[in-house]
Amino acid sequence: MPNEQQAKIKIWQRRDRGHQLTIWACQFIGVAIFVYCWQLVSDNTIWMFVTDAPHQANDMFERMLPPKWEYMDVLWRPIWDTVIIATLGTLMAVVFAFPIAFLAARNTTPSTAFVRPFALFIIVSSRSINSLLWALMLVTILGPGVFAGVLAIGFRSIGFCAKLLYEAIEEIDETQVEAVTATGAKGSQVLNYGIVPQILPAFAGISVFRWDINIRESAILGLVGAGGIGLQLSSSIDTVSWTQVSLILLVILVTVILSEWVSAKIRHSII
Amino acid sequence: MSAIRIWKRPPFIKRAWLRWSLTIGGSLFLLVAIGTMDVNWQRVAAGVPRAERFISSFFPPDFASKSSDIWEGIFESLWMTVVSTVIGILLSIPIGLGAARNLAPRPIYLFFRGVLAVSRTFPEIIIALFAVKLFGFGPFAGIIALSIGSIGFYGKLLAEDIEDMDPVQAEAVKSTGSSWLQWLNYSVQPQVTPRMIGLAMYRFDINFRESAVLGIVGAGGIGATLLTTFDRYEFSSSASILLIIIGIVMAVEYSSGYIRKWVQ
Repeated sequence: MPNEQQAKIKIWQRRDRGHQLTIWACQFIGVAIFVYCWQLVSDNTIWMFVTDAPHQANDMFERMLPPKWEYMDVLWRPIWDTVIIATLGTLMAVVFAFPIAFLAARNTTPSTAFVRPFALFIIVSSRSINSLLWALMLVTILGPGVFAGVLAIGFRSIGFCAKLLYEAIEEIDETQVEAVTATGAKGSQVLNYGIVPQILPAFAGISVFRWDINIRESAILGLVGAGGIGLQLSSSIDTVSWTQVSLILLVILVTVILSEWVSAKIRHSII
Repeated sequence: MSAIRIWKRPPFIKRAWLRWSLTIGGSLFLLVAIGTMDVNWQRVAAGVPRAERFISSFFPPDFASKSSDIWEGIFESLWMTVVSTVIGILLSIPIGLGAARNLAPRPIYLFFRGVLAVSRTFPEIIIALFAVKLFGFGPFAGIIALSIGSIGFYGKLLAEDIEDMDPVQAEAVKSTGSSWLQWLNYSVQPQVTPRMIGLAMYRFDINFRESAVLGIVGAGGIGATLLTTFDRYEFSSSASILLIIIGIVMAVEYSSGYIRKWVQ
């Protein structure tokens, strides 16, 4: 126990002196970095707009009410598109993530030196780029529309699904694999009967979880022209039709809550 | 009945009617989905040469020609990330404490859970869209959006971690006659800190990735530079920006893993 002699009475302290000084130093550096960054923020901000914001917010809120319910007729199609983008995108991601995960897992990869780094690179680059950036690229290349959205969601989700899946593969119970190997099974049979049944629940859970995230993501892809309800959102904001904006926000809220509920239900029944 | 019975592995979904209805319903949905998705194949075909040009511009990427713009944008993204992560986490500590069922009284608990649910529902980019309307173009709007997103994420996880803590230690500290703050500081905080530092690093990582897209709606960061390069078809510059983003995300991820190990 780190104690310290203070006026002849020993007082208990949580840490010894060196440890405490290190922590203080780290905190000091952290605060210094934050203050410096805040300085940059302050230089780049027009504070007049910020102080005016509460007034603006109040104004905007008043103009949003009540939501323009009859605009709903126009919205059904974008909602459907949003769901399609999320679902097909997830499906595409799952199809590609499955083999990549096996190539990336330490215990199933054919070669740790060549194949595994390559698979990991695919996973990292797919995960680092936001789906909106994927959409931006694909819209430039393929033109606006739902197709670009599906591909964007798919590319972004490959890394996510493959990462979680390969971690699941690395955590499997080796004794089962050994048992299947002991029956004289071929490599593909070991994969099919020893490994796949163990990761199937995780696989289903991951897919549903990603689908839930993708519903949220596909709702905003329209901001760069890749289909879905975001297209209506950005055009309504551009034309300052605030009553439409509030309706769209409500619709997104309901869709997100519904998809979260569905995904929680399914994952609950799997686990 | 044949003489030999061959073993078949049990299906993943055990109830037959559920299995069949899911399969049929799923394939029907897929057919309808693909049918209603109108793809302009001519436009897609026209994109192929452009895609080739885009991919070839990665070899080698052009870091030089717009380097001052690029680095300025990356730097802006980085300090936006720092400020918004710090503000988000500082604000989410009281909210997380309030949203933990074993610390807060019922009404306070419900109120803070509501706050967390609201701040988690909308993606950062939609919050940024409104922040830009309210605070004007620039990084401040982005910081507001990222901070709100961080509060929802971090507050929820903090509250859940506090709910999962070991009550025995908390009781032991309480029985020494400590005040509420002392109790929090010596029994709750040491139990949640290691995991929370890891999550703070993780949130930093997320915020950086998000700050790279906020520029699309005018909320500062590297996204604006990236959007310009795409609009002008300067693919070699966009390739270099994307590579820098990937590099920084990887660096943050590795260092966060290292820091997490060091803390625990």
